[in-house]
Amino acid sequence: MLSLTDVSVAYDGVPAVRDVTLDLPDGRVLAVLGPSGCGKSTLLRAVAGLEPAGGTIAWDGNDVGRTPTHKRGFALMFQDGQLFGHLTVARNVGYALKLRRAPDTARRVEELLALVGLEGYADRMPTTLSGGERQRVALARALAVQPRLLLLDEPLSALDAGLRERLAVDLRRILREAGTTALMVTHDHEEAFTVADRLAVMRGGRVVQQGAIDEVWRAPADRDTALFLGYARVLEGAAAELVLGRPAPAVAVRRSALVLDEAGRLAGTVRAARATPTQVRLVVDVAGLGEVDAVAPLDRRPALGADVRLAVDRSRLAVVGAVAGGAS
Amino acid sequence: MRRTLALLGLALGPVLVLGVFFVLPVAGMVARGFWPDGAFDPGGVLEVLTRPRTGRVVWFTLWSSAVATAVSVLLGLPAAYALHRLDLPLRRVVRAALLVPFVLPTVVVGVAFRQLLGEAGPLGGLGLDGTPVAIVAGLAFFNVAVVIRSVGAAWEGLDPRPAEAAAALGASPAQVLRTVTLPALRPAIVSAASVVFLFCATSFGVVLTLGGLRYASVETEIYLLTTNLLDLQAAAALSVVQLVAITALLALAARLRTVPDPAVDRRTARPRAVRRSDWPQVTATLALLALVAAPIATLVVGSLRVGDEWSLGNYRALQTTGEGALLVPVTEALVTSLRTAVDATWMALLLGLVVAVVVTRRSRTPGERRVRSVLDGFFMLPLGVSAVTLGFGFLITLDRPPLDLRDSALLVPVAQALVALPLVVRTIVPVLGGIDDRQRQAAASLGAGSLRTLATVDLPVVWRPLLAAAGFAFAASLGEFGATAFLAREDRATVPVVIFRLIGSPGAMGYGMALAASVVLAATTAVVMLAVERLRVPSLGAF
Repeated sequence: MLSLTDVSVAYDGVPAVRDVTLDLPDGRVLAVLGPSGCGKSTLLRAVAGLEPAGGTIAWDGNDVGRTPTHKRGFALMFQDGQLFGHLTVARNVGYALKLRRAPDTARRVEELLALVGLEGYADRMPTTLSGGERQRVALARALAVQPRLLLLDEPLSALDAGLRERLAVDLRRILREAGTTALMVTHDHEEAFTVADRLAVMRGGRVVQQGAIDEVWRAPADRDTALFLGYARVLEGAAAELVLGRPAPAVAVRRSALVLDEAGRLAGTVRAARATPTQVRLVVDVAGLGEVDAVAPLDRRPALGADVRLAVDRSRLAVVGAVAGGAS
Repeated sequence: MRRTLALLGLALGPVLVLGVFFVLPVAGMVARGFWPDGAFDPGGVLEVLTRPRTGRVVWFTLWSSAVATAVSVLLGLPAAYALHRLDLPLRRVVRAALLVPFVLPTVVVGVAFRQLLGEAGPLGGLGLDGTPVAIVAGLAFFNVAVVIRSVGAAWEGLDPRPAEAAAALGASPAQVLRTVTLPALRPAIVSAASVVFLFCATSFGVVLTLGGLRYASVETEIYLLTTNLLDLQAAAALSVVQLVAITALLALAARLRTVPDPAVDRRTARPRAVRRSDWPQVTATLALLALVAAPIATLVVGSLRVGDEWSLGNYRALQTTGEGALLVPVTEALVTSLRTAVDATWMALLLGLVVAVVVTRRSRTPGERRVRSVLDGFFMLPLGVSAVTLGFGFLITLDRPPLDLRDSALLVPVAQALVALPLVVRTIVPVLGGIDDRQRQAAASLGAGSLRTLATVDLPVVWRPLLAAAGFAFAASLGEFGATAFLAREDRATVPVVIFRLIGSPGAMGYGMALAASVVLAATTAVVMLAVERLRVPSLGAF
């Protein structure tokens, strides 16, 4: 189990990570989610031992803060893989095994390549691989030594969208099958949702909320967290009450929470309409709410300026700040 | 086709200059050997090559150069790391200090080592004076900077993340070095080693002053054969051997030299704070600094001693002709040296800039690329060709109309410019080559003409390296000895030539003056190099 207590990292006196406290139980995957520059990659490097950090980084209760990187037993997978260009795929994957003079390296490498779906790639050179293949090799290489903790630095963000979705699913399967404890940083909430089962949201060097992923999702700690988790707008005061049907300080609304429906209880005027492959996205001026996002089925595209009614899908709302968030 | 023609047009200037002042003299020198009396007689040359002494000389050149290269690489690698990856205090000053030996006049290096290892010197007890050990030490002293520069520049630009990835996979620092860092640095190390070997194998002043009569390299042997024994046939034979060997080595070096992909942006890693685990490298660097400082310190101390007393007498004597050993006072020679170096610098800079532009423009066709790479190799030739051969070739080919330059004041600067040309080219080419061509295209697409593009894209990047190259060429010209020894007239002698005369002159007076003149020359080059180092050009002194 990884425990971080008050971990801080500063570059030339400028703090990049401030007082981060996190726990990661064995076998779980924790995603640290945050916008670029929030300090999440720095936190990961500190855990790996690549940046000097204040506070305590402990594994199973033992402080590893003074342990050099290569003795921590934490494997790090970089955003762009960082395969060794002068070694074949098999020798990249077998790199750490060879360092330890592990027996039966060849068979283990084969197993790992099969695990990431790259059978028959053993003798290829990294430069001949596509971006997705390179990341798979990097993953196999990191898993080879069965690290007690796998650190993933934006493992999929260098890939294009379709591939990213497929690989995220694969990554989740591989981590589950291997029973690996993993800490992943990402700025993509969908990637976090697909791969991880716990979530910590970072902003300005601090962890502003953490917990099981669906809990965080259902109850974002504050407005900025809600927006970062993919909610389209945050409504406050009377508007929040109007949407939710009961009093609440603030409500985060997904774009699809308001649906075009003749029987809906909200009335408004269409200000903009834009078709996407799956639905029509609307901006509707609703009395008491102001301009909000809504969706309509593709076959019912209202005209600009039309008066429409909207129904509320409560499962796509989240009360903001309902659960005490923060770093606890 | 038009592009290839334009390329050839631009290359025409440097090619002509190199043709007249390099190919012609060297060819003339070689021709003297093969056509001794106007008739083709290769037998004589072959006879020379089978002489036992020739074999000994070639063998000595090979093994002393190989050992000196190995020593330079072993001493240079830790320093390259410490001075380019660690945030050591004063590291820029140390870097500049370690580059000074490279531009020190070879004669000065020779004098300094004799002063250090000679009977009266601090290390006289080791009995190394006049031994091959002294020669190897002198060669390594001279060339270790090349390794530090070349490998250091590569090391500085090395992405730290693969090493971090290896560490995160459980590799210890030693394993990271062996499995990741050294393989990535191998091209730089091999290319630096081949250049150092080249410099060692063609070194003249160091071997001449330290080797005495017992040990001769191919280069000093050529000098001996032409000046003392007047055996031009043998000299030409050795020149040919040298030329062939060096061309082969240069071709090999060009193949091994990494050409960084200009489109890839090279990130320079921030030097990190020194940790306890760095002490071996830091200690090695300090030891190297001490090794480099020792001969120079002995030189300075020696120059301040007259008899058994401390005195500035040797320096005051620089205003004299050294009891008739010289035609002009040393101070006048210093003025001549500075003037000559200024002339050589602008020539080398002008030529080098044109060459660099020609070589770095992106090729669009295979033919164009071939032309460029041939030109690139051609302009590097002066790097490896014996300065002695060049100097003597000047004497025998540029002595009759239409090219009667024997009395021209430009003869020495031209020869020095040719010797400095590769240094200039190697400093500017990586910088020009590193400019992404798309920047020029962007400027053009925004309406900039080709001159405007040059001024707004190339010039801002290149002016510092250009200035640094100028300083480098200036320092190298100040110390040039091999060619100048042949070409400088006694009344227009440069300081290195004067120093060599003074060493050979009888009496303590001359030797003391030689030491003082060496210190003055070394100080001048050191000041130039320190100024140049402040420009922070990574490719400076890297090959």
